[in-house]
Amino acid sequence: MKNLRFIARLDVKGEHLVKGVQLEGLRKLGRPNEFARRYYSEGIDEILYIDIVASLYERNSLLPIIERATDDIFVPITVGGGIRSLEDVRAALEVGADKVAINTAALRRPELINEVAEAFGSQCMVLGVEAKRTGPGKWECYFDNGREKSGKDILEWVKEGTERGAGEILLTSVDQEGGQKGMDTELLAAVSSAVSIPVIASGGVGAVEHISEAVETGADAIAMAHVLHYDKLSIGEAKSWACDHAVLDVRQ
Amino acid sequence: MKDLSVLSYGVGNLRSVVRALTHVGASVTCISHPEEVANAERLVLPGVGAFRHCADALRRQNLWQPVADYLSGDRPFLGICVGMQLMLEASEEFGVHPGFATIKGRVVRLPDEVGQKIPMVGWKTIKSLNKNVIFDPAADDSFYFVHSYAAQGVDETHTLATYSYGGSQVVAAVGRDAKVGTQFHPEKSGEAGLALLERFTEL
Repeated sequence: MKNLRFIARLDVKGEHLVKGVQLEGLRKLGRPNEFARRYYSEGIDEILYIDIVASLYERNSLLPIIERATDDIFVPITVGGGIRSLEDVRAALEVGADKVAINTAALRRPELINEVAEAFGSQCMVLGVEAKRTGPGKWECYFDNGREKSGKDILEWVKEGTERGAGEILLTSVDQEGGQKGMDTELLAAVSSAVSIPVIASGGVGAVEHISEAVETGADAIAMAHVLHYDKLSIGEAKSWACDHAVLDVRQ
Repeated sequence: MKDLSVLSYGVGNLRSVVRALTHVGASVTCISHPEEVANAERLVLPGVGAFRHCADALRRQNLWQPVADYLSGDRPFLGICVGMQLMLEASEEFGVHPGFATIKGRVVRLPDEVGQKIPMVGWKTIKSLNKNVIFDPAADDSFYFVHSYAAQGVDETHTLATYSYGGSQVVAAVGRDAKVGTQFHPEKSGEAGLALLERFTEL
């Protein structure tokens, strides 16, 4: 049976959990760890913290939040946003993160992927990819939270990232993110079949039906934000749906 | 309160292991010197990344022999992830590298199975073979795995649990008396993992 993981994505600005639409226009929702603890108690499989203003401050500021989270959250934690060097990775792991998600820094210097994988293991190196459609079957990689374009083709980049030692791909559709209208299934299918490593589909889940779409197109994990933070779907509901509509290995 | 030593040798998410063990009531000390290994009442060996990277780190810090000596005795031992793999005879990851050979068997790459990506990242429900009290026989517990290599050729007596992977069963945990190893991360497996760690502290 294929595995499916449910990941809670927490976009953090300073001390606040935030959410926006189309990666613009933010609203403060509360303290990140209160949400994280609730999701943990409700059976979330993993938690992903993204520092969305890391580029502004030229660093990841989430370490104190992660440190407190790991006091009583015992599922895997991934940190992203502003992770630029081996020292940044080491610092994140030391406060209790299991994985780091790297996007911008990897685009700028792809060798970083090799370095992180060699120093800490591929399992720790999640390649963050933001994809914006540029035409039929074509997407471009964006960075800095979907604001800047890189000129790189998505499929070429994810293949290169895999070869360099990435352990997973965290795939966000810039077009679908925050819209709650479902995921870009063509993008998901293309990336899933392009790489042999797990793909985390992020962005666009607004209703249970979107989960099936993600699974059918090959996602190994689904990262949800909006739909959880605004209480539109519970983790239990999401998991039940997944089990009812596909033969999957989902933690109950 | 049970005294537990977690070996710190520059590999893995030590904080999570320590936090989880503390959470279940153990008195945890991080150790890094050979004499500390020799004096440990209960030893936990974490490990992530490549087998040879962990083995080299242990050797560089003069910890290989002390851990080998510890494993030749009867005191409780818990190997997590690569820490479990090190308990086997050898690993075939990036060449052939010897382990402590506490448990007969080798570490080999997971087979290619349709629909399964490698590394295998995620939660798997394990089948306990009821050989060791660290597993609750009444529960179908799920634990968190992240691995590309797995133990193979472990005899029935020393296989504590397996999980289904495509058409085969993968070794989830091994053990010999009070010396156990889990391929999964109990410190990242929610309440089921914490319960297992608590049962380990009782060994």
